[in-house]
Amino acid sequence: MNAIPEELKYTQTHEWVRVEGNEVIIGITHHAQELLGDMVYVELPETGSCFSIEEDCAVVESVKAASDIYAPLDGEIIAVNDNLADSPELINQSPYEEGWLIRMKITATEQLDNLLDANTYQDVIASEDSK
Amino acid sequence: MPFIPHTPDDVQHMLNTIGVNDIDDLFDEIPASLRCQNIDAIPSGLSEREVDKILRQRATQDTYQLCFAGGGAYEHYIPSAVWEITTRGEFYSAYTPYQAEASQGTLQLIYEYQTMMSSLTGMEVSNASLYDGASGLAEAVLMAVRANRKIKSRKLLVAGSVNPRYQKVVNNIVKNQNICLETLSYDIKQGNIDINSLPAIQDQYVALIIQQPNYFGQLEEVDTLTDWAQQHNMLVIAVVNPIALSILKPPGEWGTKGADIACGEGQPLGIPLSSGGPYFGFMTCKQSYVRQMPGRIVGATVDKQGKTGYTLTLQAREQHIRRSKATSNICTNQGLMVTAATIYLSLLGAAGLTAIAEQSMQNTRTLVSMLAEKNITCQFQGHYFHEIVVKLPCSAATVINALAQQNIIAGIDLSKTYPELPNTLLICVTETKSHQEIRHFVEQLHAATLIKVG
Amino acid sequence: MLIFQHSSKGRQNKAQIAITAPSNNLVPEHLRRKTPAFLPEVSELQAVRHYTRLSQKNFSIDSHFYPLGSCTMKYNPRACNILASLPGFTQLHPQAPLIMQQGFMACMFELQEILAEITGMPAISLAPMAGAQGEFAGIAMIKAYHDARNDTARCEILVPDAAHGTNPATAVMCGYKVREIPTNLEGDVDISALKAAISEKTAGIMLTNPSTLGVFERQIKDISDIIHKAGGLLYYDGANLNAILGKVRPGDMGFDVIHMNLHKTFSTPHGGGGPGAGPVGVSHRLRPYLPVPIVVKNKHSDNTFTYQWEDEQQHPQSIGQLSAYNGNAGILLRAYIYARMLGKEGMIRVAEYATLNANYMMQRLKNSGFEVTFPRRATHEFIISLRYLAKHYNVNAMDFAKRLLDKGFHAPTTYFPLLVPECFLIEPTETESKEAIDAFVEAMQEIAEEAKNDPNLVKNAPYTLPVQRLDDVKAARELNLIYTTTNID
Repeated sequence: MNAIPEELKYTQTHEWVRVEGNEVIIGITHHAQELLGDMVYVELPETGSCFSIEEDCAVVESVKAASDIYAPLDGEIIAVNDNLADSPELINQSPYEEGWLIRMKITATEQLDNLLDANTYQDVIASEDSK
Repeated sequence: MPFIPHTPDDVQHMLNTIGVNDIDDLFDEIPASLRCQNIDAIPSGLSEREVDKILRQRATQDTYQLCFAGGGAYEHYIPSAVWEITTRGEFYSAYTPYQAEASQGTLQLIYEYQTMMSSLTGMEVSNASLYDGASGLAEAVLMAVRANRKIKSRKLLVAGSVNPRYQKVVNNIVKNQNICLETLSYDIKQGNIDINSLPAIQDQYVALIIQQPNYFGQLEEVDTLTDWAQQHNMLVIAVVNPIALSILKPPGEWGTKGADIACGEGQPLGIPLSSGGPYFGFMTCKQSYVRQMPGRIVGATVDKQGKTGYTLTLQAREQHIRRSKATSNICTNQGLMVTAATIYLSLLGAAGLTAIAEQSMQNTRTLVSMLAEKNITCQFQGHYFHEIVVKLPCSAATVINALAQQNIIAGIDLSKTYPELPNTLLICVTETKSHQEIRHFVEQLHAATLIKVG
Repeated sequence: MLIFQHSSKGRQNKAQIAITAPSNNLVPEHLRRKTPAFLPEVSELQAVRHYTRLSQKNFSIDSHFYPLGSCTMKYNPRACNILASLPGFTQLHPQAPLIMQQGFMACMFELQEILAEITGMPAISLAPMAGAQGEFAGIAMIKAYHDARNDTARCEILVPDAAHGTNPATAVMCGYKVREIPTNLEGDVDISALKAAISEKTAGIMLTNPSTLGVFERQIKDISDIIHKAGGLLYYDGANLNAILGKVRPGDMGFDVIHMNLHKTFSTPHGGGGPGAGPVGVSHRLRPYLPVPIVVKNKHSDNTFTYQWEDEQQHPQSIGQLSAYNGNAGILLRAYIYARMLGKEGMIRVAEYATLNANYMMQRLKNSGFEVTFPRRATHEFIISLRYLAKHYNVNAMDFAKRLLDKGFHAPTTYFPLLVPECFLIEPTETESKEAIDAFVEAMQEIAEEAKNDPNLVKNAPYTLPVQRLDDVKAARELNLIYTTTNID
């Protein structure tokens, strides 16, 4: 598996974003799931709720950590991945496909330009590792 | 040097290894201007024998003969085995069971405790304890605010018959988060919440707090209250006495859907009165709220060989992982008290617990009838458990002081807290009192009222 | 086996059941319990044997060396338990008339005086029931102080990144936002970052000194001045008080409020998780807000005196009661007894020998090749990092910890503080002998060798305990929190 797919956008806080028109799908990166370890629980927002950029909108929980997921963009939740309720391990097994978290309708498309591309995100991870 | 094993040779050898001349050099990073000059207000050390003498003298000074006070702390007989086992060093001097493999004793015991408390309260899950009944209720309030996603008001409704100390403590703990409690008044004749005059309200409260039996010892109509609250989208927090639960309907069965959170004071389960602590707060709830529950929780799992073992679980809710977003700041709980309670419940079983509850109720009824012979009557007319409020012809303080001279704790003076209940005394009789002792108490109490009247 | 699996229907402990149990229907039918609670039906011997055997599956101070950093696992003297368990104390109802409580209250009054002197704080309340509740009391007092001055814009509490999790959790419980302050490479607070974080929003700072990094915060006076100048107050987390007892006092360092963990510094038992006791001490300006009750000594004209409880009536600005009664009274008694046996000389020696033991052990581990994170003077505890072993042999700190259990030592605190990778926080305490420390160092050396030569041996530890490594993920994913007769073999 490609650890940092080229076609996705990323955040400093290890979320990935797949853009589909004025909607986005959001999850956590391969690197993030590796750091957190085996997922045991995911708390997702209600559909219809709205978040602004960098607001915490979900929580992923492993045995050793609970981590907030920050909205990478302003928008409204239009769907969440219900399969994670019974199978949080999907995030570990397939972080970019079956382990997606939420789908949002975005309201400020210009915010997309501030997200990181795959190369830049690679540098973010590399600089963390060297600390 | 008490409790320090070092010989002079040890010290010299250790200093040499470190490479300093004397122990004081080890404090060289503390700025000299801050160094403490003396702590002379602290007395010099005493030998164990000398301290023993002081403490025995003071304990003897505090000895009394009979206790009829309750109000949230109850005298029950504690089987000898309870503290004999609880104070084994392996329980007494162990740390929090973070290293599960080295703490299976404590962990399995907590799992057994969670099972017992869940069953007693009729709920699905339990935590491993909170500090005491009052602060436990405060945690239940915070939990309800998190768990009730339909009502965002941060206002709760509390029955006016809930222990006033609990109401105060809850307010002290939750007010900084802008959570407030409003009171549902109790009926002055029945001493409980009148279900025929419940207020007309909107869906505006997060939860309703009900105590059963209530602070006055009276029974609440819990089914009606629970249904009423839940119809208004409130959660129901039940404050209960674990001994009474052997014969009273458990919170999980209240009304159509059951209470949502149960909590209370665990002290009656084998914990000595001990000036108010250490006791423990218990908390159980419906499974769906488990991630909102504060405090430690033990779960069963398996080891590498598939063998059953126990471990702390859902730790990501707790402060050491979740920090500022934890469900509570609680870390240390009341583990040793839970150890005692679990052994107590094992020794008694359901039949033993029921016998204690029934004997206590029976004794309280004996007291009521003996008082009636002296024309001293109860304030309230409803059903009661093992506590009653009596009306006196004089101030309760007078009676309490007079009986204290006879080495008897007469009860609790309610007039300070409830101006509408002047000259009233809250009295509790548990299974520990004999017929003769109750008779003696009634004679003395009666005599005390005569002194005043005469 | 669980206690329930020893149960047989109908078995009763006749010795424990009231003889004249009447079974009238004293409870109206609709309020009555219909099915008995699911509790064990076992004999007294079965219960005693079961719980004795369970106890034997525990590590404890009485059976093992327990160098848990930040937890101060020292010997709990037996006299403290025996004397606090005298019937005159254990049978005392919390609402007994005052004349029946004078012996107990004398102990509490004197304990308040001792704690005031040792912390350098003018006033003490014994009310908080544990460290975290002491923290709550401290921050609630800071809030009450600012509110009383109508200084209500202060909405932030500063917390160093190395702090205990209870610090930020407490600040939030008191309605504050948390702002983290970084630590510099030497282990001191980063002063320039502190200055940058301070504003008119700053209500106060929560500091532990010695810090959770096992070093003394040398710039404490500067920090104190910076915070006070900005109108904030200083909160002292007393978790590490053992290191400085009688050597330096939080009051002299400029703190406005301190909590103490009596289950650490004053040797009351940890009890498998509690109970603790977390008294608070305050400077003059916070005195009106102390939690109640507080014991006072009243002298009468005939030169006799009595002890009295003071509550909100005498302290109308108090943050109030935090428990139904007097806090964890029985634990406070144990601390009092310990304090009387130590006396002032003994207290100073606590700090001295705790520090001697820590520095000796640190030096020995350093000589054995372990990486000491802050190679300066240790306080009563210190940090080593096992990242070399983790990187080169894939043996992490948790593996190392589990292997220590096999060698008969409780593991040090693992993965705390969070900012040091693969760390152990080690605190030997003053009650351990040189021999015990030497044996621990040897076990550490052995495991380091094992990690290099046979990493799997360490990775699969422990082998000698009642269970092997437990599946935490299963425990969290498939919650099994109560026994249902079919869910445990």
